[in-house]
Amino acid sequence: MRKAFILAALALVLTGCSGNWGWYVVNPTTPSGYNNVRFLLSGLQYTILLSATAISISIVVGLLVALPGLSSNRGLRWASRTYVELVRAVPILVLVLWVYYGLPQITGLTIGVFWAGVFALALSDSAFQAEIFRAGIQSIARGQYEAAYSISLNYRDTMRYVILPQAIRRILPAIGNQIVYMLKMSSLVSVIGMQELTRKANELVVTEYRPLEIYTFLVLEYLVLILIVSAGVRWLERRMRTDER
Amino acid sequence: MRIEAAVRDDEPIILFDNVFKSFGDFQVLKGISLSIAAGERVVICGPSGSGKSTLIRCINGLESYDAGHIRVAGLALGTDDASRRAVRGKAGMVFQQFNLFPHLTVLENLMLGPMRARGMNRAAAEEIARRYLDRVRIPEQADKYPRQLSGGQQQRVAIARSLCMEPGIMLFDEPTSALDPEMINEVLEVMAELAGTGMTMLCVTHEMGFARRVADRIMFMDHGEIVETAPPERFFSAPESQRCRDFLQKILNH
Repeated sequence: MRKAFILAALALVLTGCSGNWGWYVVNPTTPSGYNNVRFLLSGLQYTILLSATAISISIVVGLLVALPGLSSNRGLRWASRTYVELVRAVPILVLVLWVYYGLPQITGLTIGVFWAGVFALALSDSAFQAEIFRAGIQSIARGQYEAAYSISLNYRDTMRYVILPQAIRRILPAIGNQIVYMLKMSSLVSVIGMQELTRKANELVVTEYRPLEIYTFLVLEYLVLILIVSAGVRWLERRMRTDER
Repeated sequence: MRIEAAVRDDEPIILFDNVFKSFGDFQVLKGISLSIAAGERVVICGPSGSGKSTLIRCINGLESYDAGHIRVAGLALGTDDASRRAVRGKAGMVFQQFNLFPHLTVLENLMLGPMRARGMNRAAAEEIARRYLDRVRIPEQADKYPRQLSGGQQQRVAIARSLCMEPGIMLFDEPTSALDPEMINEVLEVMAELAGTGMTMLCVTHEMGFARRVADRIMFMDHGEIVETAPPERFFSAPESQRCRDFLQKILNH
């Protein structure tokens, strides 16, 4: 079974190499190929800016949603739970469309594609971040709170200096996952005309009729971006690993 | 040792008046009344589940109580955060499991309270941290992380961390129960030394040798009540209640 699969894959690659691929569209040594590559790469800054802004906001909002979820007050817990369950239930693409086309009809304000994208991505991701933070904070032993309270720290300082630094070390891999996920989901914002990587690729395909090469190039663009992010998260994990047993 | 100005000499530093506490249907404290004078050293013992840990945890507000009154260092201890924090500044607590902050170095563990709760600057906090690290005799471990220390050393750091708040009262909740036998003495040594400074100490422990040597009074608890209170020599030689005699029989003849 596995052998057959490998053979099939090999056959595909070989036939691909035998002339059906047209790499010239993205060959930077030719003037038109060079222009195409530049065109494709010009979406990079928007993908990065969009994802980075959205993830920064969603981490902060996620934490702010998670904390009341851990409160002894039932109303606060309920509010946090409701936010998570509602927001998490909406598909990102639907949220992007709703925020860009729907929301202005309520608010009367037109909102640019960039901020519509940031808003939709951050909102969606914040529910997941909240769950990650909740799990991380809940994993810290009761004794850590008691020790902090015993030296007279208040709730805020206990969270800031004792609980969160430990919780964040534990949830770093999960947050890394979420960053990777957000980077990929930013491609959905192409549907409202955001000039990021996927949108650029779509536009080039329309003029060059070479979807195979251009989308393969797009896949590689995301792959490189995400490998860089992964390496960054690993580096952070290593740097923060002072307290592991 | 400095004693809180608000406390008159004749007022007990810890006062329980008919304190009740339940966990669900289980009544842990059944009308506890007690009075401890400043500078007194009291050991609390009793079988597990007798309520001794709960009692000591009530003193600095780690447990709330259902009925009765508690006064600590001249302050009424309610169930609100403000009165709890005020009392916690006067009463330090040492735990069975040390509960050091694993992501901070020893020195940072010690400096956190002085900086965040007492409003000291870094230099003042470091000075006080080093002074108390000296006091528990491990100044050379200042820059290590807790996991790099032995259990006995970790517990001594925990004691120093509490002392950095310069409390008038120290509470110990089974401080040697999680330690390997060969490390128990180094911790008891530090505690005995502390007892010699005039610190008010309350200690839940099964270390009867320590109790005999250091305590002014021993309280025996069973089923949420203080069954008997006596100075060590009388407590060990002539316990009044049958429950206390049974308990001593069990822990002394093994």
